[in-house]
Amino acid sequence: MYRKMVQIRHFEDHAAEAYAQAKVGGFLHLYIGEEAVAVGAVAAVREDDHILGHYRDHGYALARGCDVKACMAELFGRETGLCHGRGGSMHLADATKHFWGGHAIVGSHIPIGAGMAYAMQYREEPLVVLDFFGDGATGNGIFHEGLNMAALWNLPVVFICENNLYGMGATLAEESPVSDMMIKAEGYTMPAVQCDGMDVLSVYGAVQQAAEHCRSGKGPFFVEAMTYRFRGHSMADPELYRDKEEVRRWRELDPIPRFGDFLVQHRITSPQELAEVNEEVEAEMLEAVRFADDSPWPDPDSVDRWIYAKPINPEAPEEAPSMAGDPAGAAT
Amino acid sequence: MAELTYREAVRSAMREEMRSDPRVILMGESITGYGGSYAVTKGLVEEFGPKRVMETPIAEAGIVGFAVGAAMGGLRPVAELMTVNFALLALDQIVNSAAKFHYMFGGQWSVPLVVRTVSGFGQLGPTHSQTFEGWFASVPGLKVVMPATPADAKGLLLAAIRDPDPVIFIEHSLLYSTKGEVPEQEGLEVPIGRAAVVREGTDVTLVGYSRMLLQALHAAEVLEREDGVSCEVIDLRTLRPLDYPTVVGSVARTHRLVLCGEDWRTGGFGGSLLSEIQDRSFDDLDAPIARVAMRDIPLPYSRKLEQQLIPASQQIVEAVRRMS
Repeated sequence: MYRKMVQIRHFEDHAAEAYAQAKVGGFLHLYIGEEAVAVGAVAAVREDDHILGHYRDHGYALARGCDVKACMAELFGRETGLCHGRGGSMHLADATKHFWGGHAIVGSHIPIGAGMAYAMQYREEPLVVLDFFGDGATGNGIFHEGLNMAALWNLPVVFICENNLYGMGATLAEESPVSDMMIKAEGYTMPAVQCDGMDVLSVYGAVQQAAEHCRSGKGPFFVEAMTYRFRGHSMADPELYRDKEEVRRWRELDPIPRFGDFLVQHRITSPQELAEVNEEVEAEMLEAVRFADDSPWPDPDSVDRWIYAKPINPEAPEEAPSMAGDPAGAAT
Repeated sequence: MAELTYREAVRSAMREEMRSDPRVILMGESITGYGGSYAVTKGLVEEFGPKRVMETPIAEAGIVGFAVGAAMGGLRPVAELMTVNFALLALDQIVNSAAKFHYMFGGQWSVPLVVRTVSGFGQLGPTHSQTFEGWFASVPGLKVVMPATPADAKGLLLAAIRDPDPVIFIEHSLLYSTKGEVPEQEGLEVPIGRAAVVREGTDVTLVGYSRMLLQALHAAEVLEREDGVSCEVIDLRTLRPLDYPTVVGSVARTHRLVLCGEDWRTGGFGGSLLSEIQDRSFDDLDAPIARVAMRDIPLPYSRKLEQQLIPASQQIVEAVRRMS
């Protein structure tokens, strides 16, 4: 878990640098400060359990073990990217790892996670869905529609609210009548716990409990992780809405040195070993950036690929509808 | 052939596909005990049970989002949205989720989802009497189907459920009780993306879909009888992807074209269709393309006012007469 958190931190640092060099375009939302949430939660479930997240999604991809080079190449818009340069930073996904995306319309993936959980329940598979979103999403109707259906049909989905105190630039007080988001689960008779999102073990424990609850057929569970992003909402954020003293206080709770200290204190590892992990991860990230830089751009002629899984071409009526040019085929 | 109503044809497509494919589930508002607001799903929960015919909360965005997830999880959901007016609440899930995932995630998976919904009129007032097929047809990644006959309703719905991509299937409330011959062979598809020449003619082409196909056929009879004008009538059946060759081929023979829709004149589906056909058929045309569409006015409740606005065969007849 320590290595995974360091991976995310270093990945984000390099992504920010590449953004400054205009190698990464569009919007870039960094997960720095929140690493313990994705890492603790993903480590607490099976590898074949399903994950959906929001647009600040690099952390989920890396926590689930998606290829680091392919993640970086996706940010660079290259053909070797996780989604062949079609999705970008906000839309990472890897179906082979059961990571079903980065979803960039706030809250939209909340009922999608419930629907996936229904498919698991329908086939009586013992799998759960982790559905991550932020405090800001709880103001959206789709959040309530998703929770309502998940509770109504007793579905195996863990809703994980990353409460980082801000919905973009709006403070909690400006966006919600309650500051503890877990209260909102109560109306749906959904059990809920709050955990320290700056402590990977706290998140791990909470999500483990939640997943066991779901897997045993008792229905959905709500986990609220109290956390903080050390950087702005996106690279374009001047951070006028919060004071530097607050950011400094939260930085003292940095989940990475905190977990590192824990490991050393309990003699699980040594400071030297941790330093080695940091060096190895940094080398891995430099390699990922080099890979992304050297990767080919997508072929311009491939721009209309994947609009449909089963393209239908009425312009060529004598031809049967063809799956040609679609190696992924009609998934599912 | 068996004679079925449009409503029965839609129902029989769902029933046959549910019998042959255990992945198919239905979900929607009041579709079980109530039988659906237009009674289309009547009797299905009794046969397939509540696990496959799901009564949902009134939450259109949630319903479609949930169905997208169920499709990603390996099921074949058919989500009913009570009317196309309520589909507006689900536009985000239709446009940003269902239509995007296959492309955006680089072809890793598709969303085999059918959203069944209904257009139509009948003194329902401004919020319940609208047509939005042009909006859906403007979105790459969606397939948009609007059947006019019972046979097409059944065959196209079968094709839609089996299709790996999201299909918006728009029925028409004024067609539910119309009857027609439907092939008895089970599971027989009508392919998505193919228009049909339903009446051959030589003087002018009338293009319609859904209810306006019937209005175009009626107009063709009147024009033949009263004016001696021979109309070719085309049923688009699928609005996206659209079968341009069938329309272009017909215009090459008749040299005149009337587009018949219920959509609003400004920004409606007929506008983009007109532009595309003009590009492809300009040299073949002997007259400007005419368009029958809804005036840019919300549909009022009062029967007298509503009748003034709903496009009908008389306007098609007049459009043809103005051409010659």
